[in-house]
Amino acid sequence: MRHTKRLILLAALLLLGASVHAADKVKVGFLSTLSGPGAGLGVDIRDGFSLAIKHLNGKLGGLPAEVIVVDDQQKPEVAQQASEKFMKKDKVDFMTGIVFSNIMLAVGQPIFDSKTFFVSANAGPSQYAGDQCNPYFFNVAWQNDNLHEAVGKYVQDKGLKNVVLVAPNYPGGKDAMVGFKRFYKGKVGEEIYTKLGQLDYAAELAQIRSLKPDAVFFFLPGGMGINFVKQFVAAGLSADSQLFAPGFSADEDVIKAVGAPMLGMFNSSHWAHDMENAENKRFVADFQKEYGRLPSLYASQGYDAALLIDGAVRDVKGKLDDKDALRKALEAKRFKSVRGDFKLNTNHYPIQNYYLRVIGRDGQGRVTNKSMGTVFTNHADAYVAQCQMK
Amino acid sequence: MIQLILEQALNGLQFGLMLFLLAAGLTLVFGIMDMINLAHGSLYMAGAYLAASATQASGSFMVGIAVAMLGTAILGALLEVTLLRRLYARNHLAQVLATFALILIANEVVRMIWGAQPVLLNAPDELSGPVNIGGFLYPAYRLLIIGVGALVAGLLYVLVTRTRLGMWVRAGASNREMTEALGVNVRLLFTAVFAFGAALCALAGALLGPLLAVQVGMGENILILAFVVIVIGGIGSIRGALVGSLLVGLVDTLGRAALPSLLRMFLSLEVASNLGPALASILIYVLMAAILFWRPEGLFPARA
Repeated sequence: MRHTKRLILLAALLLLGASVHAADKVKVGFLSTLSGPGAGLGVDIRDGFSLAIKHLNGKLGGLPAEVIVVDDQQKPEVAQQASEKFMKKDKVDFMTGIVFSNIMLAVGQPIFDSKTFFVSANAGPSQYAGDQCNPYFFNVAWQNDNLHEAVGKYVQDKGLKNVVLVAPNYPGGKDAMVGFKRFYKGKVGEEIYTKLGQLDYAAELAQIRSLKPDAVFFFLPGGMGINFVKQFVAAGLSADSQLFAPGFSADEDVIKAVGAPMLGMFNSSHWAHDMENAENKRFVADFQKEYGRLPSLYASQGYDAALLIDGAVRDVKGKLDDKDALRKALEAKRFKSVRGDFKLNTNHYPIQNYYLRVIGRDGQGRVTNKSMGTVFTNHADAYVAQCQMK
Repeated sequence: MIQLILEQALNGLQFGLMLFLLAAGLTLVFGIMDMINLAHGSLYMAGAYLAASATQASGSFMVGIAVAMLGTAILGALLEVTLLRRLYARNHLAQVLATFALILIANEVVRMIWGAQPVLLNAPDELSGPVNIGGFLYPAYRLLIIGVGALVAGLLYVLVTRTRLGMWVRAGASNREMTEALGVNVRLLFTAVFAFGAALCALAGALLGPLLAVQVGMGENILILAFVVIVIGGIGSIRGALVGSLLVGLVDTLGRAALPSLLRMFLSLEVASNLGPALASILIYVLMAAILFWRPEGLFPARA
């Protein structure tokens, strides 16, 4: 009898302890596209995230960090299984890493229902910025439309009159077209939707040739964009039509694969590797030292996602079970981003500057992006008004 | 407009000829050995990876193609001698299961050797631009593919219809037992045909590598199309494989190019842009169903 009492007392103490004491480590479920044509994006986010944790001496908010990395193979059903495992078996405190919006939308709701915070380092679907916004979803990168809006604005200001738009037929692709057209008011020769993951663009390029546009705006992340640009140049279209893209389709991963044909291409971004601030200089230098290549915007986003988690965990002194306090701490965004200053809006998406970049040669003769100027200052997304955060 | 149709037709031709390289080996193996080889796509993948590595090591795309074809032919022959030979007598289900396992093994092996990310294989610089053909620009590399594909198709046709070896192959396809009874070394013939089919796969993989991407699992999608081709063309028939490939190539490309704009004439942009690509991608299966309806044996049945 006494024995039982003691046991109960012990159990009660333990339970009490659990609610008072801070967690002894932070578990992060990192689910991303690490194989197939979209792999370059996921790998860069992962490497950026890892570099941040290295800079933080293997900790997040002062607690040892355990990051479980899983490849979603760019397949929603694979992602669903993996995120289920993260929630039920691994019992992670945070999830991050998803590249593609269709995958984000497929796994989002169960994650939010389980009160696990998802800190998106890439996918920023309009749904989660607007009427489906959620207290457990944060985006440290941008809303999908934003980079396309910046290109639309620039193309509009440049006075180009006839543009053909190309994007994959998935939520991110649709956000891209909508975003571009929000600020570009000229004629749209054609909106071409391609299959997600398509690699041969012969049919689309012939169609573009027959339309004779001044400019072609394309949003094709990863291997899709690499093939599109290569085939665009091979078809001899670059003589007549100027290529414009969001930073996704003109970052280091694409440049590395395509090379010189990309010289002179304008693109938009919220970050650039030549930005002058101490955090960015350290990030870019160490990333190159660690991985032997220039970081892309994806890598910067992965880095910032880790820092957002780090700041919030530190803020709540490791009490990861106090979800309300943790959310407030995430909302407060206590870290210095490599992109310079930005804050999180009421829908948990960034309010930040967007810049124009052009691909040129740097001091060492490498083909790479150079910052050109600011397109938007403190720009928010178009959906925040529809968001009622509950 | 005419120029657009012409360009799309060339694109369809290019795609069709590459499909033919895959379908030719597949239809011979299926037709002669009565063997369903799902791992045919893995040989295509192996060819592309070998080409990428050999091109990188030697700096020459030609060397890359040669190494890929030779290496994959050897790989194919080894596979036939050690494993597939044991499957000929089994039923189709056992063959499907065994060769499906081969796909999984091949994908993992490639992942272990080359990693999960796509490997870069670029066309030679001289071919990376456009050429002017009859008043419009067309990518030089695609033109080369069309040339090589047409040449191989022609050679194969001569080989199968005009040589003794081809005669054995055709005889094997239409009546295996009789061919054996007539004293043809069918075992050796099978190994040779399999290795030859593997080399054609490797050629397709190496040629398409710079256009598409050299990556794990690249063989599966194209294998489905190759099966569609041989079903349309008639199993075991080289002529059927050629006609089927060109049909599928043209229908796929023209459908992808024309359907979305066609639908837009009487549907809203939103609906048309959703429906167009979806319809375009099922078009070849509609074609297959239609042909099977009127010609259940395919267009050119080998055992007619």
